[in-house]
Amino acid sequence: MSSQPAEITRFDNVGLRYGTDKEVLTDISFTLFPGTFYFLTGASGAGKTSLLKLLYLAQRPSRGLIRMFGTDSITLPREQLPLLRRRLGVVFQDFRLVPHLSVYDNIALPLRVSGYGEREIASAVGDMLDWVGLADRRDGRPATLSGGEQQRVAIARAVIARPDILVADEPTGNVDPEMALKLLRLFEALNRQGTTVVVATHDVHLIRHVAEPLIMRLDKGRLSDPTGALRYPPRPSASGNSGRAGS
Amino acid sequence: MAGKQTAAARWGAEAALLPPVRAGGPMPWVIAIMIALTVIAAASGLSLRNAAHAASADLSGGLTVQIVHAAPAERDRQGLAAQRVLKQTPGVASVRLVPQGELDTLLEPWLGTRPGDGVEGLPIPALIDVALSGPATPARVESLRVALAAVAPAARVDAQAAWLAPVFGAIGALQWLAGGLIALLAVATAAAVLLAARNTLGTQRETIEIVHMLGGTDAQIARGVQRGVAVQAASGGVVGLALGIIGVFLLGRSFSALGSGLVASGGLHLTDWLMIALIPLAGVALAVLTARLTVLAALRRFL
Ligand SMILES: Nc1ncnc2c1ncn2[C@@H]1O[C@H](COP(=O)(O)OP(=O)(O)O)[C@@H](O)[C@H]1O
Ligand SMILES: [Mg+2]
Repeated sequence: MSSQPAEITRFDNVGLRYGTDKEVLTDISFTLFPGTFYFLTGASGAGKTSLLKLLYLAQRPSRGLIRMFGTDSITLPREQLPLLRRRLGVVFQDFRLVPHLSVYDNIALPLRVSGYGEREIASAVGDMLDWVGLADRRDGRPATLSGGEQQRVAIARAVIARPDILVADEPTGNVDPEMALKLLRLFEALNRQGTTVVVATHDVHLIRHVAEPLIMRLDKGRLSDPTGALRYPPRPSASGNSGRAGS
Repeated sequence: MAGKQTAAARWGAEAALLPPVRAGGPMPWVIAIMIALTVIAAASGLSLRNAAHAASADLSGGLTVQIVHAAPAERDRQGLAAQRVLKQTPGVASVRLVPQGELDTLLEPWLGTRPGDGVEGLPIPALIDVALSGPATPARVESLRVALAAVAPAARVDAQAAWLAPVFGAIGALQWLAGGLIALLAVATAAAVLLAARNTLGTQRETIEIVHMLGGTDAQIARGVQRGVAVQAASGGVVGLALGIIGVFLLGRSFSALGSGLVASGGLHLTDWLMIALIPLAGVALAVLTARLTVLAALRRFL
């Protein structure tokens, strides 16, 4: 889609506090490389969602430096944020589907804001609906869908614009283990097409389904690097996929 | 990127970013009332202007010369002399010495005509109606005064427009009042739209955040709100224009019942009606602009 920089994201000594509370994230430093698949783990309340919010530009840090696609996203004027955000796909923990829009229109949103034509949108959304198995629900409102169906709509919306990086916050939290595994395979398929993927989860069973996972671990707002993946680009695998996710 | 949309298609797609405006809200009615009042105020202002124009066109070159002299013989002699001089003065279009019979008729309601009323003894001035080819400026009035002083020392020269100066002053004040009302109505309309737009932003906060997170711009969100406001303002504007025109006709009828020449000359021309028809369009433009500025200002507080 666009030329890949040597790094997707770099955090340098980032700290975040809400209001005047103590920091919920402290001294966060890491680099995400193109085409890799990361898990972000940690107990509930460890700061996973907060870290992802910084990553998908929904929150500015209290201190530190964040570069997205080679651009300093902290000092970037807010008029220029949309262009960066269009290169991100986000699956929010609470889905955040637009209630008055149908499944079809929710999935079409990222293409609409980017100014694509309706013909192109129709074919892309149609493919996406088939992919997540919701073709028969295309005209339904989010409120009429089950939790798992809403989640799949959220995922379809996150990936339809072929983002450079997909960020998913507990994307398997509301689905049964079988569907969770299916979603994981879906993310892996996307990763194989070159998208960097970051999946936040506290579900260790899910990670076990991945051969050599790259793990970012959060503990009370501090990041550890148990798989040593955050400083240097992972070695490319034989399949040409630089991430080590997948079987 | 391939497949970019036309502006019109984008307008439709972006409107879908925010929920459709619910019919039955107060906004169209507020705008209808504002537009109706603006139409009435504008029509009043325009017809006052037309009335003033017509009156001043009739009167601007008009002069009255009165010869006030107690002795009728001397009065008539000076009257004829003044008439002669006036006829030879350049820039004088017409001169008419008002005949005695006409003067009597004019004065009859005030003075009566029956013998024994003591009318004969009253010194009635001779009256000369003068029309200049241009407006009766103070300088021209003064030069005529000087010219007449030699042959008719009892002559008094008055510009007819001067008598109506207080009326023109009142009309001017009413026109300012109409203009002020229109300005106030515009401010009130903008305030109503501002509140409605803020309300939309408040109830749609979650949707706006989502659209932002997906890479939507402030301008796209603003266009969504603008479209809703435009639809409401347009429906309010049509109703308001209709109500306003009905009001103007009712007012016009009750004024023409007065039978005053001034009011009768204050009818609206075609161009006036065109201007009045533009009021709803101006209202929609004002509403859309207000909505846009409100939304853009409010969105600056979002990340
Ligand atoms: N908007 C917020 N305002 C104040 N505190 C918050 C906010 N969001 C999260 N927190 C706090 O930050 C900490 C980390 O939360 P979060 O990032 O949601 O963790 P996780 O996603 O790992 O469960 C928690 O203590 C939480 O209470
Ligand atoms: Mg969380």
